Amino acid sequence: MVNLIWAFMFIFGIVFAAINGTMDEVNKVLFTSAQEAVTICLGLISILVFWLGLMNVAKKAGLLDKLTGLFRPAVSRLFPEIPKNDPAMGYILSNMVANLFGLGNAATPMGIKAMEEMKRLNGGKSEASRSMITFLAINTSSLTLIPTTVIAIRMNYGSASPTEIVSTTIIATTCSTLSAILIDRFFHSRTLKKRRI
Amino acid sequence: MGVVTAISIWILPCLIGFVLVYASLKRVQTYEEFVEGGKEGFSIAISIIPYLVGMLVAIAVFRASGAMEFMIHLIKPSLSAIGIPSEVAPLALIRPISGTGALAMTSDLIATYGPDSFIGRLASTMQGSTDTTLYILTVYFGAVGIRKMGNALKVGLLADLVGIICAIVVVTLVF
Repeated sequence: MVNLIWAFMFIFGIVFAAINGTMDEVNKVLFTSAQEAVTICLGLISILVFWLGLMNVAKKAGLLDKLTGLFRPAVSRLFPEIPKNDPAMGYILSNMVANLFGLGNAATPMGIKAMEEMKRLNGGKSEASRSMITFLAINTSSLTLIPTTVIAIRMNYGSASPTEIVSTTIIATTCSTLSAILIDRFFHSRTLKKRRI
Repeated sequence: MGVVTAISIWILPCLIGFVLVYASLKRVQTYEEFVEGGKEGFSIAISIIPYLVGMLVAIAVFRASGAMEFMIHLIKPSLSAIGIPSEVAPLALIRPISGTGALAMTSDLIATYGPDSFIGRLASTMQGSTDTTLYILTVYFGAVGIRKMGNALKVGLLADLVGIICAIVVVTLVF
């Protein structure tokens, strides 16, 4: 599906530009956006190095295991494939906690570590495992408690109460995360049914 | 507001301090372990490059050609039919594809309609309660070399749709 969407964006974009007379713009962004992508990745180096370094200290000190122990009952239900004391669980939890506090920059390295561990559990296959899909479903539905960027924008535009949207955001994000989990379960059970037939 | 700002300023330094104090008490070789863990970060960032270049260029072409605007225009009526106001319809469509695009659109909606208007509150809530699905999939799967995504994209996009609908319902009920 991702192959289709990817190719579609290019093909439809180019055809549309031909009709619309925007080929000039398309030409320009071909190079600027590629550069932008590399800049983003290079920018990630500092964040990844720092947080993975700190995570390693936390792991060696046993803090990751502590965190896992604390939330294990709730989260192990979500990820039945992951063994209870596996390091993957610790990284998943750190990622979720970082996301909750809106620490996007700190959450990404932990999420990547979690993916690495899940890939190991899946025998190193280049195919997404069930727990990876569940993990991403939860991640993409956004777990933020305090949407700092939005609050900042609202302050800039002179809102009488910039933080009034925190409550609605928390309710909406809870609903969407719960539905993400349900949708994930639905698709999983459908895949299982297909395999049985 | 003061409390929220204070929390977001204090939380990271306190977390780092806590980890280092705890690790030192446990006699962990903190600096050496930090360097050891950090080394990995470099190669991970480099390995994401091709995935992100591919995805961002495609999105840029799609946007710059005017195709995205055209699609949004096309889908707007059906979105309005399920209760998504036509002003925020473009935001709903762009949110899963482009984080910076969505942020720009949210600022624009807030600037045009005012932060305390229904549209302004709705845009704020939508921005906060959903995430850039395509970017997350690209970075996370790219970093560990997952090529077959399975149902991940479908689940992510459907969850976005539900998130947007939730945002509309909640904002309508609360304000």
